[in-house]
Amino acid sequence: MNTATSNGTLESLLRGQPALPASPLAWLNRLRAEAVDRAGALTVPSTRDEDWRFTDISPLTKMPFHPVSSPSPLDAGEIAGLALPEAGARLVFVDGVYAPHLSYNEAGIVVENLAAGSSRHGTAIEPHLGRHAGFGDNIFAALNTAFLRDGALIVVPCSVSVAAPVHLLFIATQPEAVSYPRCLVVAESGSTVTVVEDFVALQDAAYFTNAVSEIALADSASVRHVRVQRDSSAAFHIANCAVSLACASRYQAVSIALGARISRHNLNVLQASKGAECVIDGLALITGHQLADTHSLVDHAQPHGVSRQSHKCIVDGAAHAVFNGKIMVRPGAQRTDSSQSSRNLLLTGKARIDTKPQLEIFADDVKCAHGATVGQLDDEEVFYLRSRGLSDAAARNLLTYAFGAEIIDRIPVATLRQRLEQIVLAQTHR
Amino acid sequence: MIDQDSKVLLEVRGLRATVNGIEILKGIDLAVSSGEIHAIMGPNGSGKSTFAKVLAGHPAYQVTDGTVFFEGRNLLELAPEARARLGVFLGFQYPIEIPGVANSQFLRLAYNTVQTERGKDELDPLEFDDFVREKMKLLEMNPDFLDRSVNEGFSGGEKKRNEILQMALLEPKIGILDETDSGLDIDALRIVASGVNRLASKDNAIVLITHYQRLLNYITPDYVHVMDAGRIIRTGGKELALELETRGYDWVSAEYKQTATRATA
Ligand SMILES: Nc1ncnc2c1ncn2[C@@H]1O[C@H](COP(=O)(O)OP(=O)(O)O)[C@@H](O)[C@H]1O
Ligand SMILES: [Mg+2]
Repeated sequence: MNTATSNGTLESLLRGQPALPASPLAWLNRLRAEAVDRAGALTVPSTRDEDWRFTDISPLTKMPFHPVSSPSPLDAGEIAGLALPEAGARLVFVDGVYAPHLSYNEAGIVVENLAAGSSRHGTAIEPHLGRHAGFGDNIFAALNTAFLRDGALIVVPCSVSVAAPVHLLFIATQPEAVSYPRCLVVAESGSTVTVVEDFVALQDAAYFTNAVSEIALADSASVRHVRVQRDSSAAFHIANCAVSLACASRYQAVSIALGARISRHNLNVLQASKGAECVIDGLALITGHQLADTHSLVDHAQPHGVSRQSHKCIVDGAAHAVFNGKIMVRPGAQRTDSSQSSRNLLLTGKARIDTKPQLEIFADDVKCAHGATVGQLDDEEVFYLRSRGLSDAAARNLLTYAFGAEIIDRIPVATLRQRLEQIVLAQTHR
Repeated sequence: MIDQDSKVLLEVRGLRATVNGIEILKGIDLAVSSGEIHAIMGPNGSGKSTFAKVLAGHPAYQVTDGTVFFEGRNLLELAPEARARLGVFLGFQYPIEIPGVANSQFLRLAYNTVQTERGKDELDPLEFDDFVREKMKLLEMNPDFLDRSVNEGFSGGEKKRNEILQMALLEPKIGILDETDSGLDIDALRIVASGVNRLASKDNAIVLITHYQRLLNYITPDYVHVMDAGRIIRTGGKELALELETRGYDWVSAEYKQTATRATA
């Protein structure tokens, strides 16, 4: 990472932070100390860094962010519209602070805030927390880990299947607040769970969300992961999600990015053992001067892995979408079967997309398909709809909506799917 | 049916049109009155589909000369959707596939848009579902086609039936059906033809574009026009179609050229 850039703001962020109370867990204190060191040594990336070439986060470094000590006192009524009736458990964090009175757990598994759960479930957590989302060269993961005080913890015991989704709701209410959402999902062997990470704003403020999620799947576990980023259009959202797949496990993810002035989502999926499978789908729907950047890495480290990825961007106004999809097939990861598609719709002449598939294949007996398309709406499709009486705008809206709906339809939670369909319908409606 | 009380629906005069700067339509005259069924025949590439698309308002084609009036209104200054709402319907030769848009949603949107224009009530999804299923029965269409994306993965014949279904829902005043018979096996042809016959009334008109006489065994035209190189070069009754079937198109062109030469001489 480039050292020439000054990162005064984040350094002061780091120094200005009141020292966290020591945890009773020695390993956790060590982890945090290590992260503090790394965060101090690393600098904020600039567009001179290859990984951040298209994503200029200098506006972020110019803002005075501070952590929230007293969160807004929300009551359940105020967030009723965000509830998912299907959810068997919910953890709510308001500006990064756990809100027990808004949370519940009827899922029959461990769904707790990390601060409470870490000593009780220390042995389950220690092999995973901070082990998957590396922070050695990632300042945002380092900062998050340095400030690791609380977060969401989900542990699904061996062979337990939980049908009702677990809803993790991160609510931003205050301008200039920085929050460090943290999430750890441990799916023990043969277990099944659906987790929804939902980032929402109650006002159109400029705040900074710096999230880290770690998801560990043991042998034959199955995790469905939905991530919805609908932050305020003035917000900054940086997220690192690291997933580790053991033998014959299956990870299915749908990520939707609608909000934030600048967002960056790093999704790293490691197939650490053979026969793992991942299906990762994404949709970014942005307008105005928004920038949405998705960097994904599927690391086929072992043989017989399967990966499927479909990423779509709908870019309106003068917005800018970035997609970098890396597929790594390591030596020995024979019989890897991987496909990736990046499809993009530019709705105006000023909209911009930078999409780059990146294949690094070091095994010979593999199947890897990838493709990227960038286009406008199809004139013949528009004419066909108009010839049936739909106005030009209605025809374009419908086609735009349909493009995005393909990804939204894959969300396994009906209420959330319908709500997002409404949002997309409204947003694609001029 | 040619009827004394009928009124002129469509009147095309001296219509010329280009695509990408190439002139395709070179002066077309055609008048269609209510109650009539017209057939436009002609070899491939003669401009039949171009004519149909110009009438529907396809933006890729530029009208360079001539006029088109529909019930006294200048059609050429109207957007495609305005034409559709007035009652002009084009059954596409190659219906467009629209992935991600459910056929039921598309059909209901189109239906409700046109209903609203006519001052009638919209149907909600449940009401529309009953309504469309009745119409589909007449065309012996499987209701599964409602849940699929518009035309996506439909066979040629299924696409054409979906076009006729749209015509049945929208109840246009003029239905221009471009090669609706191509790609249909004999059973499908009979079903589609009976659907069209059921829709034809004394108040509307149908223009069938085809290059086979086959369809005309099931739908009897009042007029048959022959199109060649962007012009209508001959108009006759239904017997003209039979003559074309046995003798081909060349003799019509030859006779037309002779007349044209004589006229200029
Ligand atoms: N979009 C287009 N661009 C260029 N040429 C076209 C286009 N559409 C039609 N043409 C040409 O116009 C002529 C008439 O085509 P068309 O109207 O499809 O004939 P038909 O329907 O009678 O077979 C053909 O020579 C065709 O190649
Ligand atoms: Mg044609």
